[in-house]
This record gives sequence, C-alpha cells and structure tokens, in this order.
Amino acid sequence: MEDAIRFEHVTVRYGVQTALDDFTIGIHEGEFLTIIGRSGCGKTTALRLINGLRTPDEGHVYVKGRDIADSDLISLRRSIGYAIQDVGLFPHMTVKDNVAYVPSLSGMWNKSEKDEKVRPLLEMVGLDPELMKRYPDELSGGQKQRVGIARALAAGPEILLMDEPFGAVDEITRRSLQSEIKQLQKRLHITIVFVTHDIHEAMLLGDRMLVMDSGKVLQLDRPETVREKPAAPFVKELLSRVGTET
Amino acid sequence: MEFLQKVIHIYIERWPWFLELIGEQLRISLISVFLAASIGLVIGVLIAEYPRFREPVMAVCNVFYTIPAIALIGLLIPLIGIGEKNAIAAIVLYGIMPMVRNTCTGITGINAGTIDAATGLGSTRWQILLRIRLPLASGVILAGLRNVVVMSIATGSIAAFVGGGGLGEAIYRGITMYNPAMTFAGGFMLVVLALTCDFILGLIEKSIKKKWRIS
Repeated sequence: MEDAIRFEHVTVRYGVQTALDDFTIGIHEGEFLTIIGRSGCGKTTALRLINGLRTPDEGHVYVKGRDIADSDLISLRRSIGYAIQDVGLFPHMTVKDNVAYVPSLSGMWNKSEKDEKVRPLLEMVGLDPELMKRYPDELSGGQKQRVGIARALAAGPEILLMDEPFGAVDEITRRSLQSEIKQLQKRLHITIVFVTHDIHEAMLLGDRMLVMDSGKVLQLDRPETVREKPAAPFVKELLSRVGTET
Repeated sequence: MEFLQKVIHIYIERWPWFLELIGEQLRISLISVFLAASIGLVIGVLIAEYPRFREPVMAVCNVFYTIPAIALIGLLIPLIGIGEKNAIAAIVLYGIMPMVRNTCTGITGINAGTIDAATGLGSTRWQILLRIRLPLASGVILAGLRNVVVMSIATGSIAAFVGGGGLGEAIYRGITMYNPAMTFAGGFMLVVLALTCDFILGLIEKSIKKKWRIS
C-alpha cells in the first residue's frame, strides 16, 4: 500500500526540549491512524508537521510523495482538512460561512453556490441544514464539532488531520461522533490522522494506532496486535486503562 | 437663573457664530480623527504582526500621549506655526496612541485556536488579517476610536489658543473679555458635541459587535 504521508528521520526541538526524535513512519492512503501518548509526547507536533504548521529541524515529511519543504504551504493546507479540539470555528461567521471558508479562500465556490454546497456537507455530518444561518455561539458542543468536521471536509481533502477533536464534548456525543467519523472515513476513503489521549478512542477508531513517548515511536500496529503484543511497558500501562474508561 | 438667561441669550443672539464654530470644531476633529485612526490602525496592525517592534513603538506613542496638550501645541509652533494645522497635528499625535494600543490589543487578544484553525485551513497572512483578525478585533478598535473622537474634541478646544478656531474660541473670548456666560456657552456646547459623538459611535460599536458576535 502506498504511503499518503511519510516521516523520514524527523527531529523537532523546542529550545532544549526534543518533541520528536528521529521519527520515521509511513501512513497509508485511506488509512485511519490514531496517535496516542502522554501530553507533550510529540503527537500534536507530528500532526502539525503534516500541514506545515511546524517545520522539522532535521529530516523530511512527504505528503503524497512530495517533500513539504518543496511545497507551497498555502495550497498544501487547503488540500488537507484540519479539525482541532476547541474547534476553532470563526465566531463572527455563520455556520454556512464557516463551512464554506476553505472553498471561498481558493475561489472554488462562488457566493450563489454556497447554500447548495454547504447543505449536503451538513447532512453528511448529521446536522440539520437549517442550522446554516446560525452562529457558533448558538450551537451545542457536539454541533460545533460537526461543523468543524464539515468545514474540514468542504474542499474535498484526501487527508484529514484531527487533533483531539472530541476532547471537549460529553461522553454520549463523543461516542456518537466517533462512530460517525469512522463511517465517514470508510465512505469517503480518506486518510485520517487522529490525535487522542483516550486509549479507548484510539483502539476503536484506528486501522492502526501509533503509541508515542518522548518524541519516539513505541509501537505502530493494528489495535488488536497492540493489545495482544504490547511493545513496551508504557503501552501495557495504557492498555490497562481499557475497560476502566467508559 | 440670571446667568442661564444670559447664556440662552448668547445662543439666540449669536447662533450663526456658534454654528460656524461647531463647523470648524467638527472639521478639525474629523480631519485629525481620520488621520490618527488611519495611522494608528496601520501601526497597530504592524506591531501586532511584528512583536519585536511592539515595545519601542508603544514607548514612542506613550511619550506623545504623556505630554500635556497645551505643551504639545506649544512645541509644534516652531515646526508648523500657529493655526488649524498646529491643532490637527497635536490631535493626531495624541490620537495615535489609543488607536495603536487598542488595535494591537484587539488583534493579539484573539483566541489562539481560531488563528491556528485559520492558518491550518490554508489562509494567507493577509486573509487572516482581513477575514479573521480585524473583524474580531473591531470591538476593541472601535472603543479606541471613540476614545480618539472624544479626545479630539477636548484637545481641539485648546486650538483656539493658537488661532485654530472651533468652540474653544468662545471659551477663549469669554475668558479674555471676562464674560463667564460666553465661556459657559462655549464649554457647554463642547460637552454636548462630545457626548453626541460618543453616543453615535457607541451605537455603531454596538451594532458591529452584534453583527459579528463579539463581546
């Protein structure tokens, strides 16, 4: 299987702190990869390298076979969906304008097309299209997350980056969002890189899961394999939480 | 009571002159507010985008803001002489500070997640500024503009002392002719003008904040 994203010997430092240390992995096309680890283990840094929000101090990151150091970062970011924990919806824009943000930046949609293009996107993420004219402060936490996902998918990206996207919603909404994102990924056949601190979520969603510690790869494998053969004591420790978390 | 009757009498008798003074006052204020707001906005945006210049620029603006208005007008006389230009220059130098400070505070105070999302979704720096930062900072920027407008009317009243015209002339004439009713009439008109401008700008600020859902 071809790699949609590839990290080769990537090292990232924040001052004296090493966030990623000789990090080398490949993420397959159409794969749902979950990344899990302690806070500060480098999982968000790894994600931010993919869309060029952070540049490596050493090594290379390839997206669709092209080194992002040689890519136009603006075009690259527009071709990659991005959803973050506190959603980052623009509070002064309606749901419609938030969802249409990326296509309107690149002139993909004109004003008159917005309604008809946004409607199916909202339906796809399980939202009533009537919410289109609402502002983010008029939505629930779960609705905001769904709008964030619709916005990330609006330009039809082949890669979607999600940084603890369901971290701020209640448990019931979280379960429902997890199941919906998994279905969406299968339907759209896109590559999703999903950062989480919840081992249950990482195992449930990931085709493969990456366990990280101190900027290094501890294990990268299918959830069943990680469960059966944990490669390090920290992985075992993480797995011990499965079943204790609801 | 007798004093108030004198004031009303002055207004009735000399209303064309007061209208002329109000016109001059508004003209001086509008020109200086436009200049101070434009320059302050640009500088505010620049120091928000380039933080290393923030401290020195704010320090210079602070110096102008700290000099008493009458002293600033006096200091400008050797450079640009007396009259309207002097008054406008003084108000502009004064007005830049609140605009720079509020623009910079408004822009840098935006939620980091919002800017991160805009960047991660592929916005250029310019698009982030125009589509995200300035609309979201507009509430704070407008508060700065209100400050500049009220201040321009107050400082503009001193312009009369250097022949700059405006309602300060009524106050000045009242003092030199020992006519307290005239001084009061000019001062009261200035207060009404400042409060009216502040009220109108308050309404505009409220409607923009409502439109863009900003607090």
